[in-house]
Amino acid sequence: MSQPLSRQQHLDLYYFMQLNRQLEDRMVRLFRQNKIVGGLYSSLGQEGVSVGTAYALEKRDWLAPMIRNIGALLVKGVPPRDIFTQHMAKYTSPTKGKDGTSHFGDLKHLHIVSPISMLGDLIPVMTGVAMGGRYLGQNIVTMTWIGDGGSSTGAFHEGLGLAASQRAPFVLVIENNQWAYSTPVSRQVPVKNLADRAVAYGISSAIVDGNDVVAVYRAGKDAVDECRAGRGPRIIEVKTMRMKGHAQHDPAEYVPKEMFDYWKARDPIARYEKYLIENKIWDAKTKSEIDARIERELDEHQKFAEDSPLPPAETAATGVYCDGCHTIEAEWKRSKKEVTPPQSSIDASWKVPSFGALEAAPSGNGAKSFPAAQPAPASAPASAPTPRASEPHDAETVAAGAPAAASDILRVPFGRGPKDKAFLAEQQAKTPPRPQAPPRHRPPKHSPRKRGR
Amino acid sequence: MSTAAAIAAAPVTMLEAIRQAMFEEMDRDPSVVAIGEDIGVYGGAFKVTEGLLARFGPERVIDTPIAETAIVGAACGMSFLGLRPVAEMQFIDFIACCFNQVTNFAAKSHYLWGAPVPIVLRGPSGGGVHGGPFHSANPEMYFVHTPGLKIIYPSTPYDAKGLLKSAIRDNNPVLFFEHKFLYRRIKEPIPADDYTVEIGKAAVRRPGRHLTIVSYAAMVHTSLEAAEQLAKEGIEAEVIDLRTLLPLDKEAIFASVKKTNKLLVVHEDTKTGGIAGEIAALVFEGAFEDLDGPVARVAALDAPVPYAPTLEQAFLPSTEKVVAAARELAKY
Repeated sequence: MSQPLSRQQHLDLYYFMQLNRQLEDRMVRLFRQNKIVGGLYSSLGQEGVSVGTAYALEKRDWLAPMIRNIGALLVKGVPPRDIFTQHMAKYTSPTKGKDGTSHFGDLKHLHIVSPISMLGDLIPVMTGVAMGGRYLGQNIVTMTWIGDGGSSTGAFHEGLGLAASQRAPFVLVIENNQWAYSTPVSRQVPVKNLADRAVAYGISSAIVDGNDVVAVYRAGKDAVDECRAGRGPRIIEVKTMRMKGHAQHDPAEYVPKEMFDYWKARDPIARYEKYLIENKIWDAKTKSEIDARIERELDEHQKFAEDSPLPPAETAATGVYCDGCHTIEAEWKRSKKEVTPPQSSIDASWKVPSFGALEAAPSGNGAKSFPAAQPAPASAPASAPTPRASEPHDAETVAAGAPAAASDILRVPFGRGPKDKAFLAEQQAKTPPRPQAPPRHRPPKHSPRKRGR
Repeated sequence: MSTAAAIAAAPVTMLEAIRQAMFEEMDRDPSVVAIGEDIGVYGGAFKVTEGLLARFGPERVIDTPIAETAIVGAACGMSFLGLRPVAEMQFIDFIACCFNQVTNFAAKSHYLWGAPVPIVLRGPSGGGVHGGPFHSANPEMYFVHTPGLKIIYPSTPYDAKGLLKSAIRDNNPVLFFEHKFLYRRIKEPIPADDYTVEIGKAAVRRPGRHLTIVSYAAMVHTSLEAAEQLAKEGIEAEVIDLRTLLPLDKEAIFASVKKTNKLLVVHEDTKTGGIAGEIAALVFEGAFEDLDGPVARVAALDAPVPYAPTLEQAFLPSTEKVVAAARELAKY
């Protein structure tokens, strides 16, 4: 379990939640004044989710927000003016008016990946960032959010499958706000808890009250710590409620009024203010100081955005390609030698830990089991693969991407010089020819390959 | 193509040339990693990545679940940290499964939020090998219509190696189509030293003065065969190999049309919405005054790629079809 929060950390959580709410409140007013160019999505009632989870990340870590995660952006260091300018399509916005809302990122400093509107795609992307960070020895954790609705997409499942098989240091926050646009969660997913899906991927999960920011933070911190220790990925399901429509245009009349009442009584900010008083963490004076600071900051940032120009028309087709405007360089936190031959070289073969027979199947997963109707042969059938005893690494090592140990190093010829050719000939003399597995697809017939040139 | 002095002894297939590019780039730069289905222990469905895992290890040669969206998404994610992933589609037909990740995420990142995505998506494409409707496609035009991507479709081992190296070193998402009919059918000696071929530059494969045949990939060889036959009839066709479809080398096309005044475009992709239409429009816009005849097209029939040899043969453009079209065009 994580360390208890300090007073300052407690106050930070309040500051970011309130900043999130006040910022969005101002944007609703701007929307009504026609100063927001496109749609406006509200995270009212969900501030604790964005703030609590993102607060568990460190500066080096990476996040990718969804549309209702403005709070997470603020925690990661995005100034409010970026949110204003994005929504108002200003030239001073992070995307220079090319996109709106929370669709922007920062690779260099804040480590934020921009979302796209198609749900689920960030899950494989942030899995990739996690894999890349591990490869470079950066010891980072990545995080993204998905709604109950987005958890039905193919990208969600493909991404989680890859993250799980790679044991990626990746935290997926499923923000169950009960509604996917107008469709209730019960009509989308036939399981009670979306976190239950973690079982199917063989990964860990947690469920937390999304309107209790301290509990959310703890769940986030625990997940981040686990992932950093190499025990990722993890799903956190936060139970919360979308208190407005899908966007400003949607009055959400399909939501029962009692449901709004139920969740209004659980408002994350009101609850947290009470918690801070009851635990003697602050007083009225501290609150008014923080609130005044938020007012001041938002005044300044809103003014900056309102005074900013729209982008000039001639920039409409600029920046489609990187034509040398970026220098791309990885930040190595480990020796490149570890991933360069000869250190990177291995015996490239699988160790198959289980032959997939019935007795090896896990029990207690709820599946109905049928008794055998035919006696099984005493030993494994001839068609089953035989494990090779001398293998230096197993499937687990491949998945976890651990560097090969010194004893695993095998000379792998490239076929360039006389040494390689001699070695290759020697290996071929030693090894019996591998039986050719039937290809999954039908490649054209080919002549024997040549390794050398 | 290449100078005699720099040529290595043994000629190599296009497949081997691509494989060499992978090995050499991964040797040169540890930020280059490979990701895809069955690319490690098995070495890829066509053995393009054979030997990579043994040499570079499982951190750099990543076998994935069958999940194309996850492969491309993860490649994008890795590239944000400065890595240069090369992702394999087992067959390029399967790129349809990750269309969104390619067109909405990878292609738009730099324009929208200034994030370069230096990834390469490569895979076997094209017909003529009885692969049927899901293992023979030429889906390049879905992506030529997507600003932000670069699209390469080489026709020779030399170009394949040099262009793949350029693609890996490029800062943008590059789709690299490998015509599987050509994988082991053509061989040529290639230089032993490191070389690249510039993206976006076409090549004149055969000079001529009566008409221009613009083509790419396997159809370059078909067009060259046709040009050979046409020459016997006294028609000298200039054959241009586009090599890169996006960005398109307009200047090379215009220069040739200025010389021959007639243009025939040949591609294995289906006719409607194929690149021939785009090239015709470009020539009408930029070189109309140079034309002495209509822009002609030879392309695959507007149908899925059929399985039966008789049907596939009828479906694909052939030397005879190119010769016939060129003959008609030459009459103007």
